[in-house]
Amino acid sequence: MSDKSHDPNQMTGAAMIVRALIDHGVTDIFGYPGGAVLPIYDEIFQQSEVQHILVRHEQGAGHAAEGYARSTGKPGVALVTSGPGATNMVTPLTDALMDSIPLVCISGQVPTHLIGNDAFQECDTVGITRPCTKHNWLVRDVNDLAKVLHEAFYVATSGRPGPVLVDVPKDVQFATGTYHPPRKSDVHRSYAPRVKGDATQIRKAVALLAGAKRPVIYSGGGVINSGPEATKLLRELVEVTGFPITSTLMGLGAYPASGKNWLGMLGMHGTYEANMTMHDCDVMLCVGARFDDRITGRVDAFSPGSKKIHIDIDPSSINKNIRVDVPIIGDCGNILGDILQVFKAEAKKPDVKAWWQQIAQWRARNSLYYKKSNDVILPQHAIQSLFEATRGKDTYITTEVGQHQMWAAQFFGFEEPHRWMTSGGLGTMGYGLPAAVGVQVAHPDSLVIDIAGDASVQMTMQEMSTAVQYELPIKIFILNNQYMGMVRQWQQLLHGNRLSHSYSEALPDFVKLAEAYGGVGIQVHKPADLDGAIQEMISVKRPVLFDCRVAALENCFPMIPSGKAHNEMLLPEQANDEATAKAFAGGKALV
Amino acid sequence: MNQPASAYFIEDRHDPNETHTLSALVQNEPGVLARVIGLFSGRGYNIESLTVSETESQKHLSRITIVTTGTPMVIEQIKHQLDRMIPVYRVVDMTLTKRSIERELAMVKVRGQGEHRVEALRLADAFRARVIDATTESFVFEITGNTDKINQFIDLMRPIGLVEVSRTGVAAIGRGPEGM
Repeated sequence: MSDKSHDPNQMTGAAMIVRALIDHGVTDIFGYPGGAVLPIYDEIFQQSEVQHILVRHEQGAGHAAEGYARSTGKPGVALVTSGPGATNMVTPLTDALMDSIPLVCISGQVPTHLIGNDAFQECDTVGITRPCTKHNWLVRDVNDLAKVLHEAFYVATSGRPGPVLVDVPKDVQFATGTYHPPRKSDVHRSYAPRVKGDATQIRKAVALLAGAKRPVIYSGGGVINSGPEATKLLRELVEVTGFPITSTLMGLGAYPASGKNWLGMLGMHGTYEANMTMHDCDVMLCVGARFDDRITGRVDAFSPGSKKIHIDIDPSSINKNIRVDVPIIGDCGNILGDILQVFKAEAKKPDVKAWWQQIAQWRARNSLYYKKSNDVILPQHAIQSLFEATRGKDTYITTEVGQHQMWAAQFFGFEEPHRWMTSGGLGTMGYGLPAAVGVQVAHPDSLVIDIAGDASVQMTMQEMSTAVQYELPIKIFILNNQYMGMVRQWQQLLHGNRLSHSYSEALPDFVKLAEAYGGVGIQVHKPADLDGAIQEMISVKRPVLFDCRVAALENCFPMIPSGKAHNEMLLPEQANDEATAKAFAGGKALV
Repeated sequence: MNQPASAYFIEDRHDPNETHTLSALVQNEPGVLARVIGLFSGRGYNIESLTVSETESQKHLSRITIVTTGTPMVIEQIKHQLDRMIPVYRVVDMTLTKRSIERELAMVKVRGQGEHRVEALRLADAFRARVIDATTESFVFEITGNTDKINQFIDLMRPIGLVEVSRTGVAAIGRGPEGM
């Protein structure tokens, strides 16, 4: 028998985990220790290649890893203990699944001989996280661990990206086995995502595009996930065709907001011109988006007269909500490249002048209009001021969920991808603050701002402590209207103005709270003081809670009312009481 | 029509439901069946019948046969949702191929005496069911066939003295020389 003690690939399970992280180029992980992961923490202690960021709650670790992933395009990594550590990860895992974010979560588990015994801090982690991960594994043998870890990274980052979880019992962490570096055979042979688009379908798509009179490009988060090449190609396609382009919440930044063909975001709180263009178009090119219900409104009235081309890497996105005419399955970077090539070789730029004239009329409705005030800060004004103050700076924006999120999407212009981190699919209040922590870890010298609401930000406020500990100068820009604004808006519009539990009673003093954490607190009430206060916030090189007191009852428009189509939007100037009552006429909400 | 006020649209779908038999070839590993079943319950799809067994033990391959109902759009979704699971190799809609054979096995326990026993045996003979257990007052029949045939046999046994039924669910395979 050979002496295995000198074989560098012989190591404990815990050491394998750290080694695999290094082999996959991971430099930062987010986590929280506990009984079932102590061997891994012991390994982390004894090395310096992987930096560990200690959060204050496991949900924070998950969202921080998501922020890290979304802002870098690399997988985010979270490390949590068994039982409550794992259950606290359910929200970020689900969030990452809905928004296709590559996330690798490693969780500790009770020793294998105790599994199923209701042991202390035991839960069925793989059972609980099965529906909220792209795939998950329970590793019962240390000699399977290297293979599983490598496969986990591959699955998380390939095809349609998503979260994965590897559950490692404590005895497997202690046991010694053989490690191997990543290799192709680590992956299930049954897993082979399709990346190259079908050539016949691509020709069909080009023929439709070339013959379009009223075209629109509708892009989504898939373009950003595909990488910088896809963004470049999307911009080139817009340039070559001269087509108007709109985007989902997740896709903001793939086409620059300052670009001349930009229509603004579409959907429930999208611009009038974007939604009307979608409704009246004759050819729609959907790139890396999934016809979500916030986008389509009423499906049977969604863009009724158009031929639809749908590019998606996930075959299950095709014909899920909306029947399309030309589905193309594959990586949108590849497919956009192919479409461009064929288009440039065979088609000439369609004449869409009349279409643009029509769009100009819709644009002239100025659907994002709001009335500025000298007495009180309008939330839209606050976002615009923030945008102006950060123009030209190296800025990353995260958000929580609610009115502030929609205003941020409407009024903050994104020029580049990976600059906008928001919880789109799941709509997770409390996402933005820990996500900002993750973004700042990845980009220590950049300006990272969480545009927040007073209600959302309290859900994960404890991560201020993480920001202070690691000297992460994140800026929490709270649009404080003392309400759960979006909940209140729906109650006003849909539930007879009965504001059931949507008022933020007993709000903390955010300035004192910031100081208690060791950060900086700034409060502003008057529009005249806003710009100066924002400058102060930006210049402070420490975590800041910015309490921006805004008009309490302002609502988010334009809006597609319930059961209505894109061409039945409610515009701000129409949103008086009578029109609103009519648009939302009906009984109680079902959902 | 007064639609309830909601920020979700409420939609009536009028497409008729269809019944389809799907075969999935999967890696036989812990949790794979839970994944498949979880997909159906989580997304609100129907399972009429589900049969699963390892079919190639050396390659650790199992074959899952699912009979499901839904609108054509839902059936298409189910196929894609199954196919994108990591341990799933292939999903084939046996109903769409129109070249598949479906079989189910049932064991049917019937209790009775006198004329009822004779009638039960006579019907079993007509359906090519075999007697695999007998006492002076009961039989257990084994019957193989498609779902309709088995349903029909069970219906006929009911007035005679049906006690209980155990069914395997549907197994399906394509005709001709090719594999799935």
